[in-house]
Amino acid sequence: MIMRDILECILFMGILAAASPFLGRFIHTVMEGDKTPLHRVLGPVEQFAYRISGIHPDREQSWRRYALSALVFSAAGFILTMAVLMFQGVLPLNPQGFSGTSWHLAFNAAASFATNTNWQSYAGETALSHFSQMVGLTYQNFVSAAVGIAACMAICRAIARNQTQVVGNFWADLVRVILYILLPLSILFAIFFISQGVVQTFLAGVDAATLEGGRQYIALGPAASQTAIKLLGTNGGGFFNANAAHPFENPTALSNFFQCLAMLLIPSSLVFTFGEIVKNRRHAWTIWCIMAAVFIFGVLAAALAEQGGTVMLAEAAGGSVPNLEGKEARFGVFGTALFATAATATSCGAVNAMHASFTPLGGLVLLFNMLLGEIIFGGAGSGLYGMILFMVLTVFIAGLMVGRTPDYLGKRIQAREVTWCMVALLIPAMLILGLSAVAAATEWGRAGLLNAGTHGFSEILYACASCAQNNGSAFAGLKADTPVWNVSLGAAMLMGRFGVMCSMMAAAGSMAARSIRPKSEYSFPVEGATFGALTLAVIFVVGALTYLPALSLGPVVECFQMTAGRVF
Amino acid sequence: MGILVCQAVRLTIVLAVIVCGAYPLITTGIGNILFARQAAGSLIVRNGKAVGSELIAQRFAGQGYFHSRLSAAGGSGYDAGASDGSNLGPTSAVLAARLARTAGALRKEHAEGILPPDMLTASGSGLDPHISPEGALFQVKRVAAARALPEFRLNALVHAFVEQPVMGCIGEPRVNVLKLNMALDALAESEKSGHGGRR
Repeated sequence: MIMRDILECILFMGILAAASPFLGRFIHTVMEGDKTPLHRVLGPVEQFAYRISGIHPDREQSWRRYALSALVFSAAGFILTMAVLMFQGVLPLNPQGFSGTSWHLAFNAAASFATNTNWQSYAGETALSHFSQMVGLTYQNFVSAAVGIAACMAICRAIARNQTQVVGNFWADLVRVILYILLPLSILFAIFFISQGVVQTFLAGVDAATLEGGRQYIALGPAASQTAIKLLGTNGGGFFNANAAHPFENPTALSNFFQCLAMLLIPSSLVFTFGEIVKNRRHAWTIWCIMAAVFIFGVLAAALAEQGGTVMLAEAAGGSVPNLEGKEARFGVFGTALFATAATATSCGAVNAMHASFTPLGGLVLLFNMLLGEIIFGGAGSGLYGMILFMVLTVFIAGLMVGRTPDYLGKRIQAREVTWCMVALLIPAMLILGLSAVAAATEWGRAGLLNAGTHGFSEILYACASCAQNNGSAFAGLKADTPVWNVSLGAAMLMGRFGVMCSMMAAAGSMAARSIRPKSEYSFPVEGATFGALTLAVIFVVGALTYLPALSLGPVVECFQMTAGRVF
Repeated sequence: MGILVCQAVRLTIVLAVIVCGAYPLITTGIGNILFARQAAGSLIVRNGKAVGSELIAQRFAGQGYFHSRLSAAGGSGYDAGASDGSNLGPTSAVLAARLARTAGALRKEHAEGILPPDMLTASGSGLDPHISPEGALFQVKRVAAARALPEFRLNALVHAFVEQPVMGCIGEPRVNVLKLNMALDALAESEKSGHGGRR
C-alpha cells in the first residue's frame, strides 16, 4: 500500500460523499413527481408514455398491487429478451451473422438480465449480435435497475407513511426513474467514456496489419452506451467477454476511476433519498457511514492481499511481487481492488480483472461482499432495502436485549415484519448453500470446472453466490454454459431477486399500516455511533455464521494450501 | 390482471424504443461528433492502412521489439475478437508450469534481480496495451543488442513514453508497447539514414 493508493481512496470517497446528498435529493424530487429542469425536455415524453400505456400516475397502489405490477412487467421483459436471443439469427443488426442461441442459454441470459444480475455464460463478442446486445440486454439494463429502485422507493414510503394501505404507483415510479435519473446520467457517462477511448460504432470490427507483419482482427461495437448503464444500473454485463478489463470498455486509469464511481453513485444517493423520505438526514448519514466503513475495509483488505502476491509468483520472480495475473497494467493492484470491491459490494458484478486469478484472501473479500447480501451500497434499490432488512433486525435484537418493544423510525416492529425479513434473509442463504452443495457433489456441477482442488469449490461457491445475490461476476474458470447450470443458476437468480424483493415489500406493507409513534425517550435512536456499531455487529454475525463453513472449505483452506506450496 | 398485462406490454414497447433506440443513437451521434477517433477504436493508421489500435495489444515475438504482456485471448493469444484472461487460480499447477517457463525465458535476458511481475503474468483481457516502465527497461538490453543500438538511447526512449498517473494518484505508471515500438522503428530508421548523411 503506497501513498498514491491512499490518496486515490480518499479522493474517491470524498467525491462520493460530496455528490450523493445532491443526487439523493434530486431523486427524491423526481420521485415525488415535482418539476425539475429536465422536465422541459423530458416532461412530454413522460406524458406520452403514460398516455400510450393507459397509466394514471396519480392512482396509488397497495403494496400487493405494486409488487404484482413489478412482477408482470419483469415477466414481459423476460419474454422479450429470451425471444430476441433465440431469434437473433433472423433479426437485423447482425453483421457477424450469429445464429440464435440455445433455449437454455436464452433462459439463463433473460433471467440474468431481468433480475439485474448480468451473469454471462456466453462471450459477448463471439455469441451475440449487436441487436441482441442493444435490444435484448441494454433494455434490461435500464428496466431491471429501475424496477429495483422503484421497489425500494415503495418500501421507503411505506416506512415513512402513517396508517395507510398505498405505497405509490409502480408505473409512474418506473418511468420517472428511467427518464429523469438513469437516462441523463447514462448519456453523460457514455460520452465521457467515449472521450477516454470506449468504442461506440455500428461496425463489427476492423482488420489491422500489425507491425510484425501479422493480421489482427479487432472487434468493435456500440460499447460505450452499454457500459454506462451497466455500471449506473449496477448490472455489470459486459459488451466484450473480458468486461471492463477490455481496453475498449475501460481504456484508462481515469475511466476506471469514474466507472467505480458510476457503480456506487446511485446506491449511495438512494441512502440520502431515504433520509429525505423519512425526514431524518442524520439517520441517512449513519447508514452511509456504516456502508463506507465496510467498503473502505474491503478495498484495503483486497489491495493488501493482492499486493502480497502468491507463493508461486514469488518463486518465479525471485522475490515478493504483487499478483498481476489477470490484472491490467494501467489499473495496477489498487485500481483493481477498488473496482472489484465496488462491483461486489454493489450488485454490479462488472470485472476489470479476472477474479479467478485473485489470491485466496483477495477472492475471500469479494465472496464475503456478495454473501453479506450486497448491502454495502448494494444494487440500485436492492442494496438499500437489503440494508433496511438488517436495520429492522438490529432494532429487533436490540429491543430483545433491553426488554423493550422495538420500533424503527416510530414504527413498531412485530412478528409479521420480523418474519418477512427472515424470509428475505433465508432465501439467498438456502439458494447459495443448497445449490453449491448439490453442484459440488454431482458430475454435472464439477464438469465445467477449470481449476482443480479447493479453487474449484470456490468457483462453484462464487457462481452460486453471484447468481442468488444477483451480482453476476464470476470466477470465470467455470464454464457454465450447460443446460443444467444454465437452468439452475437462472432459477436461483429469479428466486433471489423477486423472492427477496416481495418479502421486503410485504414487511414494508405491514409497517405502512401501523401508526407512527412520536419520538420519545423510550424510542430507539437510529442515529449515531451506537446504532452504527450495533448494525455492523448484526451484519457480521449473521453473514459470518451463515457462510463461515462454506468459506472455510473454499478460500480459507486454499490460503493454507497456497502457503504450503501445494498445487493442483 | 388483464389490465396489468396490457399496461406492461405497452410500456415495454415504449421504453424499448426510448432506451434501445433513442439512447444509443444519441450517444453514438454525440460521441462521433466530439470524439470520432476514440469512438472508432483509436486506430493507428500508417500509409492509409490500420496498423492496430493504440488500446489493443498485438503480438511482438521478434527480439528487436519490446514485447507485450502474455495473452490468453483466443486460442493462440492477442485475439482482439475473443478477449479473455487465463482464469488460473493461485494453486493451479498449470499456472505454476507457465510461470516457470516464462521466468526461464526472462532469466536469459537478466540473470540477476527480481523479474518484473507484469512480464510474468497474463493480463485480464489478453489485450493489455501497456507494460510497466520496469517491464520496458528490463527488455532494453535484448532489444538494443538485436537492433545494434546503444542502450542509453533506448532507455531514454522508454522514459519518454512513460505515462504517469492522473493527478499523481489515479492509475499506474505505464508504457504503451505499440507506440513505443513504432518510435523504436522510427529511431532505427533515422539512425540508418543519419549514418548515410555523414558519409
